[in-house]
Amino acid sequence: MTDFWSIWISVITIAVMVGCFLLVTHTRKSEIHKETTTEVLAHSFDGVEELDNPLPRWWFNMFMITIVFGIVYLFLYPGLGNYKGYLNWTSHNQWEEEMAHAEKHYQPVFSRFAQLSVEQISNDQKALQIGQRMFANNCALCHGQGGVGAFGFPNLSDNDWLYGGDGATIETTITNGRNGAMPPWGAVLGEEGIRNVTSYVLSLSGQEANAKLVAQGKITFQSTCVACHGADAKGIAALGAPNLTDNVWLYGGSFEKVSHTIRQGRAGVMPAHKNLLNQDKIHLIAGYVYGLSR
Amino acid sequence: MLKHDTIEKNLGLMVILVIIVISGGGLAEIVPLFFQKQTTVPVEGLKPLTALQLEGRDIYIREGCHVCHTQQIRPFRAETERYGHYSVAGEFVYDHPFLWGSKRTGPDLARVGGRYSDDWHRAHLYNPRDVVPESIMPSYPWLFSDKVDGETTPKKMRALRSVGVPFTDEAIASSAADVDGKPEIQALIAYLQQLGTVLSNRR
Repeated sequence: MTDFWSIWISVITIAVMVGCFLLVTHTRKSEIHKETTTEVLAHSFDGVEELDNPLPRWWFNMFMITIVFGIVYLFLYPGLGNYKGYLNWTSHNQWEEEMAHAEKHYQPVFSRFAQLSVEQISNDQKALQIGQRMFANNCALCHGQGGVGAFGFPNLSDNDWLYGGDGATIETTITNGRNGAMPPWGAVLGEEGIRNVTSYVLSLSGQEANAKLVAQGKITFQSTCVACHGADAKGIAALGAPNLTDNVWLYGGSFEKVSHTIRQGRAGVMPAHKNLLNQDKIHLIAGYVYGLSR
Repeated sequence: MLKHDTIEKNLGLMVILVIIVISGGGLAEIVPLFFQKQTTVPVEGLKPLTALQLEGRDIYIREGCHVCHTQQIRPFRAETERYGHYSVAGEFVYDHPFLWGSKRTGPDLARVGGRYSDDWHRAHLYNPRDVVPESIMPSYPWLFSDKVDGETTPKKMRALRSVGVPFTDEAIASSAADVDGKPEIQALIAYLQQLGTVLSNRR
């Protein structure tokens, strides 16, 4: 802050306080009666009159206490321009102290768990408690309380994984995020092609489907879908392409939903958390997630 | 000297004295902020909204999001652990009006950008209960069918430029075409996904 504004603020603040003091004391001096009186002032509105009583003492004292409080406050805390206050208090410093305090008390805990593997964390009750809290705060909005998932958001408790379910992979998924990339096939396959492939995909997980359409769909599947979902349709974890034979569905397993997925494609995004949480926290959450399906 | 009696019976004098008394706080606390670097210089990397984000912001205002959601993270650990780095004045230099809000019925949104996928926002705005069963937030299904009308977008941008938001001529020229006919949900998500992304959010 420039000197001008520093002086501007200080002068106005002090002037207002002095003004308040003068106003209160001055009006008090102008009071005729020093004690309670029954004498009325010379005005009357609709028959309502005003007694010429002085300002009650407690009221006057309260004004004075406020002014004294203000003086003490402005001495201790920053209020007068560039004057930093006797206590040198700032909101940023207060926050840093809070953070330092937390670092001192919680960092050893995080450091201890950082030594453990993700798999070991999933067996440590205390680590799981902490992980559960952080999961509730950071992950549950998409994956649900307890990681049960929702339409379009993977269930983390069923031990069915798109990108792999070992500790290191889970940690990588949280850290760097994932971008699902099922392309839309509507224009390429046409409605008939989509019907055929859908029938075949449903048959893979043992659902009922028209045998003729299944046979035709299989031919299309093998020329189009195997690149990601694999020749056996069991998916390829490195690509995040799901297993189509296990009857676990992220976007619904009905004929309608599966054909919609094939027609329009899907692009589920797991946001990267490396810029949101530090690695120790991600590590703990990974342990909690790993433990959900065990 | 000034007596109660005199002031009470001279309206002009009373008006002047009242103005003096109530302007003290504003002169000392508000006016200097108009001239401080912290409040007038944008933080490094702050960009004006794109046309689509700007339309999203107007939907945010129209639907009253700021009534239940704040956009200001206070410098307390309890807040920075949950929401990310506390808000600084320089992040809001291009905001007219500020959407800081004053009550958190829902969580703070100052750094919601990048925290959730676009798909999540779509699911959540269509019906919050689909992804957060205990949520009390209203559903906004019309955002999916209503389209943005780009006719007023360049005018809005010129108006904002006149109060200091550095929109380029090219951005204004292409703004109507950039937004026209797009679903409102797309604009709102574009706005939400940039919120607070200028400062590091790591915690």
